[in-house]
Amino acid sequence: MASPTVPRGAPRSPMASPRSFIWSRRIFLTLLTGFVLLPVYVMISSSLKPLEDVSGKFRWMPSGLTIQPYFDIWKTVPLAKYFWNSLIVAGAATVCSVVIAVFAAYAVSRYQFRGKRVFTVTVLSTQMFPGILFLLPLFLIYVNIGQSTGIALFGSRGGLILTYLTFSLPFSIWMLIGYFESVPRDLDEAAMVDGCGPLKALFRVVVPAAIPGIVAVAVYAFMTAWGEVLFASVLTTDATRTLAVGLQNYSTQNDVYWNQIMAASLVVSIPVVAGFLLLQRYLVAGLTAGAVK
Amino acid sequence: MTTLVNSPKGDPAVREDTPGATRRPRRPGRIRRLGLPYLLLLPALLLEILVHLLPIAIGFVMAFKELTQNFLRDWSAAPWTGLGNFDVAVDFNEPVGKALLHSFWITCVFTLMSVGLCWLLGTAAAVFMQETFTGRGFLRTLFLVPYALPVYAAVITWAFMFQRDNGLVNHVLHDQLGLADGHPFWLIGDNSFFALLTVSVWKGWPFAFLIVMAGLQNIPKELYEAAAMDGAGIWQQIRRITLPSLRPVNQVLVLVLFLWTFNDFNTPFVLFGRAAPEAADLISVHIYQSSFATWNFGTGAAMSVLLLLFLLLVTGIYLVLTSRGRKASRG
Repeated sequence: MASPTVPRGAPRSPMASPRSFIWSRRIFLTLLTGFVLLPVYVMISSSLKPLEDVSGKFRWMPSGLTIQPYFDIWKTVPLAKYFWNSLIVAGAATVCSVVIAVFAAYAVSRYQFRGKRVFTVTVLSTQMFPGILFLLPLFLIYVNIGQSTGIALFGSRGGLILTYLTFSLPFSIWMLIGYFESVPRDLDEAAMVDGCGPLKALFRVVVPAAIPGIVAVAVYAFMTAWGEVLFASVLTTDATRTLAVGLQNYSTQNDVYWNQIMAASLVVSIPVVAGFLLLQRYLVAGLTAGAVK
Repeated sequence: MTTLVNSPKGDPAVREDTPGATRRPRRPGRIRRLGLPYLLLLPALLLEILVHLLPIAIGFVMAFKELTQNFLRDWSAAPWTGLGNFDVAVDFNEPVGKALLHSFWITCVFTLMSVGLCWLLGTAAAVFMQETFTGRGFLRTLFLVPYALPVYAAVITWAFMFQRDNGLVNHVLHDQLGLADGHPFWLIGDNSFFALLTVSVWKGWPFAFLIVMAGLQNIPKELYEAAAMDGAGIWQQIRRITLPSLRPVNQVLVLVLFLWTFNDFNTPFVLFGRAAPEAADLISVHIYQSSFATWNFGTGAAMSVLLLLFLLLVTGIYLVLTSRGRKASRG
């Protein structure tokens, strides 16, 4: 019963599927595609509509196409500033989070030490805590650190970077442990025989072999930081406002320019969606490696 | 395991002159060797302590203090109130407690429905897409778009669609299908619950899809082949093999979905703004609202602590029950 043509991920029997299955699949997937695409269609089409079209009754088809909203979005609110802030915060949080996660995951996957289990369990369990529980204390800690040491964490990008990188850290560590375990130990042991120190072995051997996992972790960390709303709304000031909060300023204007809001939503989605779709393969593989363990 | 025989031939790290030799790895000093893993963990540990563990500890302390805006500058000077904050939070005859109970109840119903639907859509899509067909790869990418979009961009779009006068939903329901009388409000009043549920499911199901897809790859092909030999049709294979094999994946998936949905702040906050309608007053927004609107952080902290205790309890019970179920079905 060999079935050489069945690729990975499609392990079901080579028997032809009955019509009932094929039709159910068609109907279900069509409906689901509609559900998924509806907001995407609204976002794209509304961003190209003149203001009358989005203020009056909803129209499936624009009465005329215009790209004016894409110019106006930068003037109505300081979108470029928000964009820049988000880019710095998410970028820095991603880089730091990945480096720290690589070190931690290497320690857990390659060494036996006291407290290893406590560490992994504690780190993972922080994932279940409601953000609201540590939002208020964190706010107070940042304010108090600022008052006593002069290091501005509240209202600064630094504070937000620090916060976001810990958000992605637990999941990144967990995912990278899975990845590093799949890199044969013989490889880094061989490197050590050759006189590499443990850190050199990590960067020369383990990291290159786990690049897909590291890319996946980076994408995840960037998405987490780019999309977070709760802490951004409390820990930023006007100067450090990120997109997550800034985007809502469009609706506090006197008139709600829905076409501009949609254009801005599209523009701020492009970096993450493009990155995600390009690197999707890695992220899916990385999630799979971690999730199935 | 300890020999070099398994190393790939082309590995530059393996030197030619050590074929199965017994050269031992360089031994760093004992202290360095013992200390290294801790050193590697240190950054992660310090950050987790600063941003997660310390705030949670302070949160517990705050819950026992009368922490109003007057004490924000120096919160340690706030007077202790013992269980005062908890008394306020769970006094269900008074407005604060009543509102909290209501919010808790709404959150439970919302979470159950959202997790159920996310799981159902994700599993159905993954199972339907287990076999190859034309366009499968494209659809898989497409289905991940809601997961990839930043929450606020997606939710603002939904908020636009749910507008009373210029939104898509009312246009379709009333003007095109004639299902609704007039134009109902979706973001205020009782309908807001369903609006929130729709957005939450739209946003959440791709994650279930992703994880179930991953789980499906681990089901041995032989199981299906054996079933097919026994004459089991595809529906029977799904019911007898696919779904039972997914149990371990589901155990984690459902728990993660539950915790995320229960704690979700972003979706209601962006959809409704600071003041969520009563019918969709999820617990995170409720606590945020009652802390920052009244600047009474003590009560907010007490509510957060109660929330955490509830989540711990549910998680514990869930893990015990599902693990026992798994053992029983295996043995």
